[in-house]
Amino acid sequence: MHELSVAQNIIDIVKENVPDTDYKHVNKILLEVGEFSGIVADSLLYCFDVIKSDTDFLNTKMEIKKIPFILFCNSCKTETTNNAGIRMCNICGGYDTKIISGIDMKIIEVEVNT
Amino acid sequence: MGIITIERKVLEKNDELASQIRDKFKINNTFVVNIVSSPGSGKTSILERTIEKLKDKIKIAVIEGDVQTDLDAKRVERYSVPVVQIVTNGGCHLEAKLVKDALENIDLKEIRFLVIENVGNLVCPAGYDLGEDLKVLILSTTEGEDKPLKYPKMFINSSILIINKIDLLPYVDCNIENLKKNALSINPDLVVFETSCTTGEGIEKWCEWILGNIKY
Repeated sequence: MHELSVAQNIIDIVKENVPDTDYKHVNKILLEVGEFSGIVADSLLYCFDVIKSDTDFLNTKMEIKKIPFILFCNSCKTETTNNAGIRMCNICGGYDTKIISGIDMKIIEVEVNT
Repeated sequence: MGIITIERKVLEKNDELASQIRDKFKINNTFVVNIVSSPGSGKTSILERTIEKLKDKIKIAVIEGDVQTDLDAKRVERYSVPVVQIVTNGGCHLEAKLVKDALENIDLKEIRFLVIENVGNLVCPAGYDLGEDLKVLILSTTEGEDKPLKYPKMFINSSILIINKIDLLPYVDCNIENLKKNALSINPDLVVFETSCTTGEGIEKWCEWILGNIKY
């Protein structure tokens, strides 16, 4: 349950990347959230709605694109996945794998009404 | 309509601060672990046993993180090591900024081993780098063998797993081999220790591992 502080971080980062005069015109913030990033998307959306009401981002929408959990198996030399967040390759059953995506959380872009 | 590309990690502010703290630890040759677990798994008890064993060999300091009270800091103070209590007032995890502030009260020069005891929580602390060398995850046998599968992120981000309360194995429905298998399926690189703070079993081995990581 740290979505509230995450929502605050997002506003801080957006402020650093958008000119002050455009804060009010930010339509949308696009995020990529990994399936196993430890963040609950609905909860983050809710927290963002709560804290934005006191800011210039009152009319800003947040859109979350979910990023699947993907592994690279060093034995099969191929990308694989599973829905448990485990490091096991679904093809060969081995554990010599590397996580490619699905555990991070990124701000991709903002859309500004000009 | 204009698009401004940002492409930044949401927690990068924390990560930047953590990397500054890490540099500070490096300069001072301080080995740092961030202890994470659910509430009640034995973080403070393992810390106490560890300090007992090591305090005559190396200089140790402790940062305690709790939602409320300084009860843990008081427990650790009895061993005459420097300890700083962080009270998060409801916050579910420690962040790098809190650790940075706590470090104002610790002179790292002589400290070879710093333990940051995180808030008891198997979810949120996983995502926050505190500048530590590694995360040590403690899971007690009473919590059950399925926990690695239910809380994968913490297992992905930790390097060490201490299975604590092994003296209770005969009384609880937990197969330690299954527990290890589950944990290693999430993160095959985990180094596993088994301990009991009641009998003292396994504490020696864990302490030897710490000594092997100390930079003099």
